[in-house]
Amino acid sequence: MALLQISEPGQSTAPHQHRLAAGIDLGTTNSLVATVRSGSAAVLEDENGESILPSVVCYDKHGVSAIGREAREQAAENPYNTISSVKRLIGLSAEDITSSSAGMMFQLESTDSTVPRIKTDAGPKTAIEVSADILRSLRARAEQSLGGELGGVVVTVPAYYDDTQRQATKDAAKLAGLNIYRLVNEPTAAAIAYGLDREEVDSTIAVYDLGGGTFDISILKLEKGVFEVLSTAGDTALGGDDIDQAVVSWFVSEHNISVGDDAALQRGLLDQARAAKHQLTLANEALIQFEYQGASFSTTLSIEVFDSLVKTLVERTLKSCRAALRQAKLKKNDIDNVVMVGGSTRVPFVRKMVGEFFDQEVLTDINPDEVVAIGAALQADVLAGNTPDSDMLLLDVIPLSLGIETHGGLVEQIIPRNTTIPVARAQEFTTFKDGQTAMALHVVQGERDLVRDCRSLGRFELRGFVPAVAGQARIQVMFQVDADGLLTVSAIEKTSEVHAEVQIKPSYGLLDSEIETMIRESMTHAEHDVAARMLQEQRVEAERAVEALDAAMARDADEFLAADEKQKILDARALVVQSADSNDAEAIKTALRELESVSEVYVARRMNASVGKSMTGKHIDSYDH
Amino acid sequence: MAITLTDAAADHVKGFLANRGKGFGLRLAVRTTGCSGMAYVLEFADGVEEGDVVFDDNDVKVVVDPKSLVYLDGTELDFGKEGLNEGFKFKNPNVKDECGCGESFNV
Repeated sequence: MALLQISEPGQSTAPHQHRLAAGIDLGTTNSLVATVRSGSAAVLEDENGESILPSVVCYDKHGVSAIGREAREQAAENPYNTISSVKRLIGLSAEDITSSSAGMMFQLESTDSTVPRIKTDAGPKTAIEVSADILRSLRARAEQSLGGELGGVVVTVPAYYDDTQRQATKDAAKLAGLNIYRLVNEPTAAAIAYGLDREEVDSTIAVYDLGGGTFDISILKLEKGVFEVLSTAGDTALGGDDIDQAVVSWFVSEHNISVGDDAALQRGLLDQARAAKHQLTLANEALIQFEYQGASFSTTLSIEVFDSLVKTLVERTLKSCRAALRQAKLKKNDIDNVVMVGGSTRVPFVRKMVGEFFDQEVLTDINPDEVVAIGAALQADVLAGNTPDSDMLLLDVIPLSLGIETHGGLVEQIIPRNTTIPVARAQEFTTFKDGQTAMALHVVQGERDLVRDCRSLGRFELRGFVPAVAGQARIQVMFQVDADGLLTVSAIEKTSEVHAEVQIKPSYGLLDSEIETMIRESMTHAEHDVAARMLQEQRVEAERAVEALDAAMARDADEFLAADEKQKILDARALVVQSADSNDAEAIKTALRELESVSEVYVARRMNASVGKSMTGKHIDSYDH
Repeated sequence: MAITLTDAAADHVKGFLANRGKGFGLRLAVRTTGCSGMAYVLEFADGVEEGDVVFDDNDVKVVVDPKSLVYLDGTELDFGKEGLNEGFKFKNPNVKDECGCGESFNV
């Protein structure tokens, strides 16, 4: 006998055609899957009643040998075959990984490929494949729980993920046999879980996400049912683990124990600290007991002492909150709602401090471990068509400006930062040299004026268009960013209709902190950038002028110019070439103006001759019209 | 005869209604589009339409249109688990045979 769920009025489906959908929170430490049944969103549990799946996969020579808690428990015995925190690697290149992987246990396979592979007994594994194994496990749980195949899923990603990391997440889902309705930003999902998207009035929401090892603060704006991420900030190495560590340090100094390199002792103390932390969410004191070298130690940890330990950590998060507010150009009292996400926000003192910071009650009703998955499930349910008000449409913004390299290493921004997606923008470019039949296009991301200060996303070439005089070709470059934040760049030369396009594929990615740095640098280097752009523009102009002059003089200098006139022009030309090598934009400008004035007579004579040539032999009548 | 709910079913319906934040009760109906004759419809009811019959059992209002009632009279709605899956079951005395999955039936 089939098990039925209650539908919204008029939304019942025919037998065997249930639109099963799920939301997946693919986390760094833990992952969850949730779904909407009979109108209520809830996380799905496995056979053991566990809803949280630790994001850990263990491999042996046959493939996946354990996943989740089981894999985590054997991590110590089999460190190089147990992959955890793979989310930190997704979308990164091998180069990025070696520079950012301090403290992570894995060996990279050396290959020519730009996609790094982790060495395991089951063969080399990419971050995408490991993520796919986690997703596969969640998919199986969802399909058993719902009694059928999933129609589609919503997977959440950090708000600061770039195109490469989003594409990599989508690829992982595809590999796991999942149909992705959409990727949704984690803070946006948390806001949806609280139903903030259904509020009639526009509002500004802060999502405070303190997990086990990472902290993120996001400022969202909800306008006419549309979410925009105004800013993000955070710390990729700050979380509940640091609270445990602080408790251990306190305990150790109370008793003058030296932990040293004793991993077992360290682990035991951390377990005690974690247990005490959990107790202190309800009680006012917790007992820490410990056996060491035959002696037993015990201390009561009071809530006051614990709070003082937590305080410094929370102060660090509030610093990020201030940065996010500044970036969004908002004040604390502009925030209408504060959503708490992540297990560490269960600590009462964290809630209290964050509440005091924003001067309001923070939202904590929904289990902070589950809130992101629940929001994703609600969104998946809407996208599957199970709710009557399917008009809820989520919009996000692109985190960094997208542009194209123009001559001289300058960036022409096509889509500015914080533009809502999906978006399509086109711009026309032209050729630099006479007879040019191809154009190299270099797509870049960043806020700076020079290409070398931005991040390269991809290159492609448009070849085989009709040769023409410089500046005559019409090349339209189109940037399209879809709802998931994935970028497609296409170029078409209008007269010959040659067409080329590139989809930005994974090469390497950016960390949250790097995006922040890039944006900050664009502010601090603003003046320098303007000067650099001016200089570069003058250089390009000098190059173009010299090029055009040389072409003309090679053809007819002797015909139109007396020797002294020619020498004058050549002198001015030499001055332009010389100044172009300097770093003085003004000098180039002056030299160019000089060249222009001495060439005036030459230009005029050529012009007259060419007009004369085109008119010779034609009757005056033909100019009547 | 009437439509009834087991305690488990009533508890879940009340919970889902509370979570939804609105609704008059539950609508049970039968649609003639199953793979083996007819199919059950289970929806939230926001109101009663003309001719509807309303049953009140276990503090839950169950709304049934008169045509469906012919097929559903005497049905007990239950809630149960099968492995990880959970949901509502129709215990319908009128059913002669149902498709393998139990989502549609014949009377």
